[in-house]
Amino acid sequence: MTGEGTVRLRAPRNTLDRRAVGWWRAQALLMTAVPVLVLGLIGALTGPARFWLLTAAAVLAVTGLVCAVLLPLWWFRTHRWEVTEEAVYVRTGVFRQEWRIAPMSRIQTVDTVRGPLEQLWRLATVTVTTASAKGAVRIEGLDHEVAAELAERLTRITQDTPGDAT
Amino acid sequence: MSTPADDWRRLDRRTVLVTALVTAGVLLGAAVPVGVALAGRLGTGGALVWVPAAVVVLTVSSAGIDYVRWRRTRYRVGAERVSLHTGLLLVKERSLARERIRGVDLTARPLQRLLGLVTVRIGTGEHVGGDSTLELDPVTRAEGERLRRLLLERAATGAAGSHREGELTALDLRWIRYAPVSFVAPMLGGAAAGAVMQVSEWAGVQRRVIAWIGGLFRDTPVLWTVLVLAAAAGVAGVLGALGLWVEMWWGYRLERETGGTLRVRRGLFTSRSVSIEERRLRGVDLVEPLGVRLMGAARLDAIATGLAEDDKERHGAHHTLLPAVPRALADAVAADVLRERVAPTGAALTGHPRAARRRRLGWALWAVLVPVTVMAALGALLAPLLLWTALACAAVFLPLAVLFALDAYRALGHAVGGAYLVTRSGTVRRSTAALERAGVIGWTVRQSYFQRRAGLLSVTATTAAGAGAYTAYDTDASEGLEFAAQAVPGLLEPFLERAGAPDIPVHRS
Repeated sequence: MTGEGTVRLRAPRNTLDRRAVGWWRAQALLMTAVPVLVLGLIGALTGPARFWLLTAAAVLAVTGLVCAVLLPLWWFRTHRWEVTEEAVYVRTGVFRQEWRIAPMSRIQTVDTVRGPLEQLWRLATVTVTTASAKGAVRIEGLDHEVAAELAERLTRITQDTPGDAT
Repeated sequence: MSTPADDWRRLDRRTVLVTALVTAGVLLGAAVPVGVALAGRLGTGGALVWVPAAVVVLTVSSAGIDYVRWRRTRYRVGAERVSLHTGLLLVKERSLARERIRGVDLTARPLQRLLGLVTVRIGTGEHVGGDSTLELDPVTRAEGERLRRLLLERAATGAAGSHREGELTALDLRWIRYAPVSFVAPMLGGAAAGAVMQVSEWAGVQRRVIAWIGGLFRDTPVLWTVLVLAAAAGVAGVLGALGLWVEMWWGYRLERETGGTLRVRRGLFTSRSVSIEERRLRGVDLVEPLGVRLMGAARLDAIATGLAEDDKERHGAHHTLLPAVPRALADAVAADVLRERVAPTGAALTGHPRAARRRRLGWALWAVLVPVTVMAALGALLAPLLLWTALACAAVFLPLAVLFALDAYRALGHAVGGAYLVTRSGTVRRSTAALERAGVIGWTVRQSYFQRRAGLLSVTATTAAGAGAYTAYDTDASEGLEFAAQAVPGLLEPFLERAGAPDIPVHRS
């Protein structure tokens, strides 16, 4: 689809922290483990449909495992972020890619959140909101020190910007 | 603010009377069926004593509660802040900074209107928290008008005098012809049929009603019965839509006041006055629901910051500037409202690539063929009758779906016109949004796998006003980005790369 004078969005400069891959894998494994365990338990306890239940559990476990190994690698390559003097720029998604841009002058709040799993991997999520109900920008899976630094920098810049950001 | 501070004031005392009358009215309505039911148990005499007694006690106590509320409520317009003091046990004092006040809306329900009272809502139009609105329920009409003027009066903002003030439009009774084609009509028709069933069930005569209707049509074929009943519901819906239109839009006026405020006044029984400060207006949305559009008409909504966020009237057409009117007039009013010479909603739009049409046709085919195939498969396995039903469904819905898909494609468009960016989409509800370019506070670009293959993407401008986001769906991948870059210079530009620059790595595993 490249012709004369075509334009496209370039990838943001920074990748997430490498540990995000591990964090995503843990999430994917947990998501798989729950139904697999339930199916396996029911299969072990009930006689008649044991074969089918255990087969389903096995198929689910293998699929989950493969996804947990491969998908995070792919995600790691597509998820990017960048903060310039003027704007925050984030790219997410694999099948449905999404690029979000929020100008510095319109940022209202900057939040840093660390979930339990993220804490284990020493990661953090930075959420930048603007006055639009639909314009929030999230950067997931940053190293927690990088995240704290980034949040501080964004807060400082936005405080220096006059206006009510609408 | 140079205006001197007021003293603390009270609401109007007659609120107690209004509350008593409303409660009594509701109770009397309920008293008749309750009385009839009780007469069976207590005897007619007992019911005649107890029911009126209960009505009186409840009315007096609700009036008493309202009296206490009235005693304990006061408000003050200070030099800097407007304060409202309420509550008996939990005393609350809330105040809004006057310079943050963005809207003062007056509403008068029928009874309040008879007594010359209005309910005043003073709002800052901010998103966060529920404490951004003060409600004074009620004050006299003159006091409401005084508050409105006092709070919204500011040194004239913007280019005063460059555009006309005073009345922009007023009601034209011929507009009522668009009322029956709105989506309200079928809904009201269905509701009327439902209400007949529901009420007859309450009264325990539902079976008799159904038998009576069945008796009426004993000698008519089923098809005719269905048609006649549908027509009856349709007529009820149209009458309801006409009635609702009259109640909503009677006495409609759109004015611009000195100091840069737009004011919409309307309502037959309940009168409403909505003021929108022009400073928070970010554009207009020209809305064409299908029926209205087929008649060449359109409605106009305001895109303004913090309208309706904290509002109970969220669904009550709170931000509608103009009811459905002929399209040319809607454009003219849009231009007037935005202080433009030419309406941005009427601008020539860039169409979207043919791939967008292919996608819509594809969706239409899937939406029809999947259920039809399932039905046909079931028919082949179980009942041959289903095969014919599937065929009939395909014959009816396929052309319909294709028509909708083509219409949806025709709706797509976007442009940058003057100080506005315009996006258009939708077939059942076509919306042409003209958003002030300075009001864009971010961009979201989305591209699914299928869009990527077709060379399309969707560009969304986020804003603090209105719906929060306005999207140009399925634009050409390159042209859509150019559009966004052109609409808000400098914001997107640093993140774009022109052809010939190093590629984004393509991610496939």
